[in-house]
Amino acid sequence: MSDTHAQTVGYVRDTMIDEQPAPVGQTGAVKWIRENLFSGVINTLLTVISLYVIWVVVSHLYPWLANSIWDAGSLTECREIRDATVGPDAPAACFAVITDRWQQLVFGFYPPEHYWRPVVALLVFLAAIAPVLFQGIPRRALWLSAAAPFVLFALLWGGSIWGPVAVALGFVIGFVVYRVLLPLAGNLAAVLGAIIVPLLYWLFLAGPLAGALTSVAPIGLEYVQSKDFGGFTLSVVIGVSAIILSLPLGILLALGRQSNLFIINKISVAFIEVIRGVPLIVWLFTASLLLNYFLPPGTNFDLMLRVIIMVTLFSAAYIAEVVRGGLAALPKGQYEGASSLGLDYWQSMRLIILPQALKISIPGIVNTFIGLFKDTTLVVFIGLLDPIGLSNAIRASTDWNGVYWELFVFIGLMFFIACFSMGRYSLYLEKKLQREHR
Amino acid sequence: MADPAIDANVTPPRMEVSEEIAVQITDMNKWYGSFHVLRDINLTVHRGERIVICGPSGSGKSTLIRCINALEEHQKGRIEVDGTLLSSDLKNIDKIRSEVGMCFQHFNLFPHLTILENCTLAPIWVRKTPKKEAEQAAMHFLEKVKIPDQANKYPGQLSGGQQQRVAIARSLCMKPRIMLFDEPTSALDPEMIKEVLDTMIELAEEGMTMLCVTHEMGFAQAVANRVIFMDQGQIVEQNEPKEFFNNPKSDRTKLFLSQILGH
Repeated sequence: MSDTHAQTVGYVRDTMIDEQPAPVGQTGAVKWIRENLFSGVINTLLTVISLYVIWVVVSHLYPWLANSIWDAGSLTECREIRDATVGPDAPAACFAVITDRWQQLVFGFYPPEHYWRPVVALLVFLAAIAPVLFQGIPRRALWLSAAAPFVLFALLWGGSIWGPVAVALGFVIGFVVYRVLLPLAGNLAAVLGAIIVPLLYWLFLAGPLAGALTSVAPIGLEYVQSKDFGGFTLSVVIGVSAIILSLPLGILLALGRQSNLFIINKISVAFIEVIRGVPLIVWLFTASLLLNYFLPPGTNFDLMLRVIIMVTLFSAAYIAEVVRGGLAALPKGQYEGASSLGLDYWQSMRLIILPQALKISIPGIVNTFIGLFKDTTLVVFIGLLDPIGLSNAIRASTDWNGVYWELFVFIGLMFFIACFSMGRYSLYLEKKLQREHR
Repeated sequence: MADPAIDANVTPPRMEVSEEIAVQITDMNKWYGSFHVLRDINLTVHRGERIVICGPSGSGKSTLIRCINALEEHQKGRIEVDGTLLSSDLKNIDKIRSEVGMCFQHFNLFPHLTILENCTLAPIWVRKTPKKEAEQAAMHFLEKVKIPDQANKYPGQLSGGQQQRVAIARSLCMKPRIMLFDEPTSALDPEMIKEVLDTMIELAEEGMTMLCVTHEMGFAQAVANRVIFMDQGQIVEQNEPKEFFNNPKSDRTKLFLSQILGH
């Protein structure tokens, strides 16, 4: 070009160049391999070492999996089958322990004739969560989602259905009180009324009401005690309850920490710092042992409920900090834009600030939830039988004494599926909410 | 002095100013910590007036108009907007904010909502207008700012000038009686400044009461009936635009005008 320019500034192309293929070795797999695996001495060396490591892992793992035995009644039987088929010293996984004991790993000591109840509960839960997670489903379905917690309780624990109905009625009462008071006495009074009236109802009326209804019409499933819950049923019940409860609580704490109101601000900060500064296991011991000292004598406060409360509070503190990050990332102009239109605090939070702040916080929130779900395995230390606890129990039987890997592989895989799905959902949600940049 | 951007010989359109008082500021003072930002501000704005506020950066002009809808709180003095006294009462503040429209330098549109949703949000939630009605009104104002075809896009997909016009339409949807503009064209490319100014001029011609912080002196000459010059948190000079530009009284004003017009 510069040559052309040197001769003359004016230039006219007389023939157009046809499209030509790129030189061989500059496209496709060959190019990729050359550039990424063998681009220099060090890279070539690293490639060779990596290939060796992969080979070592696979050559040990593959026979173990390929020879795996799925049908046996005990570890000894497993070994006999292995000796007969692949030889005495060959590695062979004994997944027969899973086929033999999977019901225990999934349901714990839940009465076997009622195994259908956790299964139906899981289906109800999935149906209820779908309209919250995905947008294609009609918004009306959210009303059914709101009723789902009570249905789930009635399914899992059973007992008279009037108990959950009486509790649910409290929320309806709160809503009605709010609606009646709002035009009469203003917003603050309505909110206070909607909190106080249901509380009084729950304390004094709900119990007798449920009792009376039960004596009139005793409908309900057989009662299952919390101590019979175990395995993945226990993990999922604790994990899901804590996830669902900790999100709103965490958001409120984050808003509280941002608030100008002195007392609310300080309470939020103190709560977050104290809860976050102490290991979860300490809170779980607090829940299982110490709480009994503080509660009035004679109150029998369900251990599982105590654990759910503790795990909820713990993850709420983390969620609060994650959401605070999202709130801080929003430009001040968004707050001002909302205020300048006359939106009040709750309106601007609900409609403008939180939708954007939560969108920013999605990866952090889901990260916290994944951590929370895996942390449910810590309950083994306070005597609840989560899958890890049950794996110990299974090993304690003479049949399966000595089985480690197979159980942990199975438990790990189950947790991986759940956590990986949450991670994928978070990516999907982020993509869906993607808007053009400001 | 160089000629201002818009031909000064064009007579500004006839716009009536009524006797009714829209904003009354009396002996207003504001501090940021120990820094005295606004000092003894006295200002009366009549209905239908178009006031341009100019001055060097840091002179408190933005703070002044942000005090009018309580985005900033003042520590001393009175501000009365449309007969309502601005106090710390949240009810009062929300009422005033819904009566006073505001446009910002950086538009402050809500990026997670479409243009139409941006415009209908406040009418639906603050004024409790039915959705259908709010959407009709929003489309009316979007037509007025000449971007009805963008209604279903998101703010991020629009140019700066279009976003600012949406911001104006969004304020208008609340049917405000007063409009505040805080340097509405400062963040825009030169080409887009005109489209926003045209919209503002049209608004002025319809008799909207406007307080506008801007460096667009052409705009001031075309539509303002009063120009206020501020420095160090004080109103230094105010006058009709013709007198203000051709015959400034104070030395500080003369210096300022020579700097912004003389390049």
